[in-house]
Amino acid sequence: MTYLHNIGAYSLMIVNMFRKPTKWSVMKTLILKDIDDLVIGSIGIVAFISFFVGGVITIQTALNIDNPLIPKYLVGFATRQSIILEFAPTFTSIIMAGKVGSFITSSIGTMRVTEQIDALEVMGINSLNYLILPKTVALMLYPFVIAIGMFLGILGGIAAGVLGGFTSFEDYILGIQTDFTPFHVTYAFVKTFVFAFVLATMPSFYGYYMKGGALEVGKASTTSFVWTSVVIILLNYLLTQMLLS
Amino acid sequence: MIEVKDLHKSFGGTEILKGITTNFEKGKTNLIIGQSGSGKTVFLKCLLGLFNYEQGSIAYDGKVFSKLSENEKRNLRSEIGMVFQGSALFDSMTIAQNVMFPLKMFTKQSKSEMEDRVNFVLKRVNLENAHHKMPSEASGGMQKRVAIARAIVNNPKYLFCDEPNSGLDPKTSIVIDNLIQEITEEYQIITVINSHDMNSVMEIGQKIVFLKNGYKEWEGSKDTIFKTDNASVTDFVYSSNLFKKVRRMYLEENQ
Ligand SMILES: Nc1ncnc2c1ncn2[C@@H]1O[C@H](COP(=O)(O)OP(=O)(O)OP(=O)(O)O)[C@@H](O)[C@H]1O
Ligand SMILES: [Mg+2]
Repeated sequence: MTYLHNIGAYSLMIVNMFRKPTKWSVMKTLILKDIDDLVIGSIGIVAFISFFVGGVITIQTALNIDNPLIPKYLVGFATRQSIILEFAPTFTSIIMAGKVGSFITSSIGTMRVTEQIDALEVMGINSLNYLILPKTVALMLYPFVIAIGMFLGILGGIAAGVLGGFTSFEDYILGIQTDFTPFHVTYAFVKTFVFAFVLATMPSFYGYYMKGGALEVGKASTTSFVWTSVVIILLNYLLTQMLLS
Repeated sequence: MIEVKDLHKSFGGTEILKGITTNFEKGKTNLIIGQSGSGKTVFLKCLLGLFNYEQGSIAYDGKVFSKLSENEKRNLRSEIGMVFQGSALFDSMTIAQNVMFPLKMFTKQSKSEMEDRVNFVLKRVNLENAHHKMPSEASGGMQKRVAIARAIVNNPKYLFCDEPNSGLDPKTSIVIDNLIQEITEEYQIITVINSHDMNSVMEIGQKIVFLKNGYKEWEGSKDTIFKTDNASVTDFVYSSNLFKKVRRMYLEENQ
């Protein structure tokens, strides 16, 4: 029952988010601020994680190939596929559900418990539009972060693979060029866009409709992280089924 | 005029408001008084449409609030100024930005016009050197005054204040009370104030509604509150010895 209720409330929230838009001059500054907070502010951690995970994927793949019949370039190939198809779009998004998601839930939740949302509403402002739309628009730039993540993941692979002596530079480069399917990149970015929308709106939902005080803000952030991750994983499955099979 | 008819509101089976009927006139300062927990804040939030109520109606100058379309509601609300009990300042903005916010959202004024207006209202609430502070850096009383400045900056037609002078010293309280009364009379707005500050009641209570146990126990003004023999009112208002004395002297003088 509560699931159905939440799904309904979430859908209504999305619809109402577009009603009675805030003045563009104000909206513009809100969007720029959210781009700074949510997108620019995430590049560092995404870059760091991608680079090292790329390295680890390369090492693990190399170590698991001991059959001399398997060509050496497979290391680069496997790293590229894992990073572009899954690691960069999906697993980075789970990490973002923790970073960006809990930030969104707690900042909107705090505005709820300190009556700042009521203050907006009393002034006749559509608080859903004012608070959530800028975050959604800002996160439409999230695919750029993922692109950076993909690039650095593959770079991390070269670094770890070549420096650690697991593969040669030429083999790796050959590997990442082998059987390149442009549609895989399209698929990855379609996923990323969908995840970006989820990352902006689901944590907002949990913050906006929370009840209680400071303690509940903390709880809402946790719940929001759990459900955002679950939804991302499920959507990942559905989109993969739809787009790749 | 704001007309409230038979307002009922409950939370999870507990009825907080059990049928309140009253009205608030233009150009008058209307006070809602009552003990802590008597439902003043709930009442005010019902008036503003922040709470749904089970029964009753609220009409703003003849327009029944619950029958307005979403757009009409928002238009009506852009003419409302509200001071929340906890100030509800936007904590990502400076004090000056908080006060400027309604102007930015609802007027086409130039930046310098807005700044002039902000300076003017901040001066009226005795806050002249705090423009660039963040709300978290301001004292509770300062936050209250910023909230009042934000509520009046865009010349509202309706002004609601939930305990505007709780947390203020007696002198600033009087300044705020007088300010609210002045603008109410000057711009002929409808002002509704929640309070349990007896000074305010005696100073600016042109109409007083006393809530108790979910009912409107008594209604009158600062003049009739001295003469009433309603036991609940006298018990609440004259609970301090000082006010008991004041009342006795008032009654002796006016016999
Ligand atoms: N959101 C809510 N959910 C459940 N109960 C509530 C809610 N808001 C208020 N109440 C209850 O309604 C009653 C009246 O509360 P209200 O805040 O209106 O009191 P008040 O008269 O404003 O008191 P004070 O002078 O202390 O501010 C209280 O018993 C409170 O517990
Ligand atoms: Mg209250």
